Amino acid sequence: MDPARKRSIRLVVALTAALLLAGGLVYTSFSAGNPARSPSELIAATDPGKTYKLTGKVVNGSITREGHTINFRVRDRTGTASIPVTYTGAVPDPFRDGREVIVTVSRKSGDVYAGARDSLITKCPSKFTAEKTGASPT
Amino acid sequence: MEIVGRAALFLALAVCLYGIAASIYGGVSKRREWVDSGRRSVYALAIVLTVAFAIVEVAFLTSSFKYNVVAGHSSTTTPTFYKASAMWSSQEGSMLLWVWLLSLWSSLVTFLTRKRMRDVLPWATAALLGYGLFFTGLLVFFVHPFATTAIVPADGAGLNPLLRYPAMMIHPPMLYSGYTLFSIPFAFAVGALIAGRVDAEWIRSTRRFALAAWLMLGCGILLGARWSYSELGWGGYWAWDAVENASLMPWLTGTAFLHSVMIQERRGMLKIWNVSLVLLTGILCILGTFLVRSGILDSIHAFGGSTLGVPFVVMLGAMGIASVGLVVWRRGMLKSEHRLDSLLSRESIFLGNNIVLVGLCFVVFWGTFFPLISEAFTGDETSVGPPWFSRYTVPLALVLVLLSGIGPLVAWRRNTASNLRRTFAIPVACGVITLIALLPVNGVPQKPLALAMFALGAFVAGTVGQELFRGVRARRVTTGEAYPLAAVSLVRRNRRRYGGYLVHLGITVLFVGVAASSAFQHAHDVRMNVGETAHVGGYDVKYLRATGTIAKDPSGTGALMDLGAVLDVSKNGKHIATLRPSRGYYPSDDTSQGTLMSLINGEPTSEVAMKSGPLRDFWTAVSPDFAKLQPIIEQGNKVVPQGNIDAAVLVLAAISQNYQNHPPAATFRIISSPLVMWIWLGGLITISGALIALWPAPDAARRRATAGLKARVAQDLGRA
Repeated sequence: MDPARKRSIRLVVALTAALLLAGGLVYTSFSAGNPARSPSELIAATDPGKTYKLTGKVVNGSITREGHTINFRVRDRTGTASIPVTYTGAVPDPFRDGREVIVTVSRKSGDVYAGARDSLITKCPSKFTAEKTGASPT
Repeated sequence: MEIVGRAALFLALAVCLYGIAASIYGGVSKRREWVDSGRRSVYALAIVLTVAFAIVEVAFLTSSFKYNVVAGHSSTTTPTFYKASAMWSSQEGSMLLWVWLLSLWSSLVTFLTRKRMRDVLPWATAALLGYGLFFTGLLVFFVHPFATTAIVPADGAGLNPLLRYPAMMIHPPMLYSGYTLFSIPFAFAVGALIAGRVDAEWIRSTRRFALAAWLMLGCGILLGARWSYSELGWGGYWAWDAVENASLMPWLTGTAFLHSVMIQERRGMLKIWNVSLVLLTGILCILGTFLVRSGILDSIHAFGGSTLGVPFVVMLGAMGIASVGLVVWRRGMLKSEHRLDSLLSRESIFLGNNIVLVGLCFVVFWGTFFPLISEAFTGDETSVGPPWFSRYTVPLALVLVLLSGIGPLVAWRRNTASNLRRTFAIPVACGVITLIALLPVNGVPQKPLALAMFALGAFVAGTVGQELFRGVRARRVTTGEAYPLAAVSLVRRNRRRYGGYLVHLGITVLFVGVAASSAFQHAHDVRMNVGETAHVGGYDVKYLRATGTIAKDPSGTGALMDLGAVLDVSKNGKHIATLRPSRGYYPSDDTSQGTLMSLINGEPTSEVAMKSGPLRDFWTAVSPDFAKLQPIIEQGNKVVPQGNIDAAVLVLAAISQNYQNHPPAATFRIISSPLVMWIWLGGLITISGALIALWPAPDAARRRATAGLKARVAQDLGRA
């Protein structure tokens, strides 16, 4: 086969493969991701059985423990609307009152949201330098 | 001193402006004295910035709280080592560190290349000073390290206790050294494109810097992982967090660049690809700094509030447009001198490795920016988690390890079938034997991806071992040296090659550690009272007793109160280890809840206790039930007079004693994880390999002096 033609065929094959892979990547990211929600958005509309990435701040003084389970409220980053979350398992060190958290939740009975195990993360410490929280340690 | 500091920053800005102008004028008019003057402004920049850096550093060491940056990030109770390094936990300090490191590395490269690359150097100098201009501009106009306050506070907020970990203090200078060192090949690529000198000379001159950048960035990433594993109290080393991804992306494209430049040096191919890769790496380094410092990924709204967002976007845009423009402008010069002869040649394997690495970078980029992308397209901020990343990165990593084993075995240009059979036999046998040996092991066949990684790891180890052995044997035949001496002199004479092989081995060991520890980990969160036992992955963990100490923090991080546990780990009745995890409570400057509380309501952190071994890590962390102590502390608060620290410490001592004698149930995180040590060991092997490759060869100086001349003669002959 003419080498130039062979090269262009190779190029087309490689580009098609790359495009297909990129397409798969894009598709799965849109279908696999959990939509991010603030507490007030969840109060406004929740689909029972669907999981959301709840982002917000831990309400001061709301953290209580019952055995393995930790109960706390998450409020909007700016605002006071808050929802109760129940979470089982160890929490990362930075977790405390006023701290910004992200946790995967689904709506349980009533208005309580259950956090998925090991899904709770707090923002990386490099981001909360010089932050002041009038809070007690957990 | 703050006046001197501010003046130094203004002066740095002026030096950058002058140096850029002098270099560009020197480059256009070809007048040496202007080029030299531009180069000297790089040295001047380094001196001026060293003064500024030293002033901030001294302010931190002397706890000079009139500086806002010191008051916000240090305190009298912060231990001295952490005072010295608290500087780069602040926005201002980290920007200053960035540009200071840039000025040092730039001075080094402009000094080393001052007698060579005369046509490229002025443009490269201008590009390096362009970086300097941007960052000093940020320090003069946007963030102010020398801002002071009239009312000097008695004490500062203190360094965030989570950052009080030795590796974490070296981590930012390492990362930033990586970023700033990558700006050197970037600048020389820009210089080569502008000057129209796109042969391999700019690559040769900056290869060591690219390799050093890759090494430093890699060390930085590894130290960050180590910190996460042993300080954050969740027991993982990598979470696909945006901040981690930000440093991984330029490392991936940098790795690709280090491989593909060999093809340009050897065969004059892939010139467009190489300049594009290095320009991309330079841009990703700025993007990395931007991601961490602007907070854009917290939410698109945080971006508006950040002072650094807009300048960084302008800088990134300018770099991107200039890079694309330069490559398009010079595309005629960047034509390949050769074509790929065969799909089974070292060139093709390198090309494959490049595609995989850039693919990995794209996956990481897409996942990191997905919240912004999805918000832009659907109006809904959606993020993808670690499972999504693993789905793509694990198969790509497997291919990468496979290629790193094949690459050294195939020759440049073409290979014959008999040749391939001979070189592949032993490495393939290593892989197959490992595969067969691991198949009957309980639980391994259920994790096919991990099993594949183990087999491929053995294949790479076989390759590296065989290549080293063949080299040593050949050297023994020609020189008659004994085996150990032959090995040493072989590596000494081919540092780049055998250093590279060692890096392959190190990365493979690291990947095997990652595969084993993520596939076969047992993690449990349990709540126990003293005397109770938990069962984790075949081990028994008994909570023997509680501990409570005041001002005796074992790791020297400045924790005032330390509550912990003593755990006995055993297997089938046999004692394995006694572990003492604890949680440190730190003073803060918040006195609104009383003096007693102010001594312990800083950020609490876990002091992880683990038993590390070559085959398994047993990792534990404890969270004491602080809520149970709350009523006692509140009572104590009433007793202690406001501001009486001594009395407060006495009461706290009583409280911690009480905790030790009558502990409430505590929550433990217990993890049994195989081969974690291999990750750190693989990292060390990689670092040693890179250092070997970086070290100048004994006769390199002589060769370097004649190489340029030879190249010129060859070029002229070629033209004639």
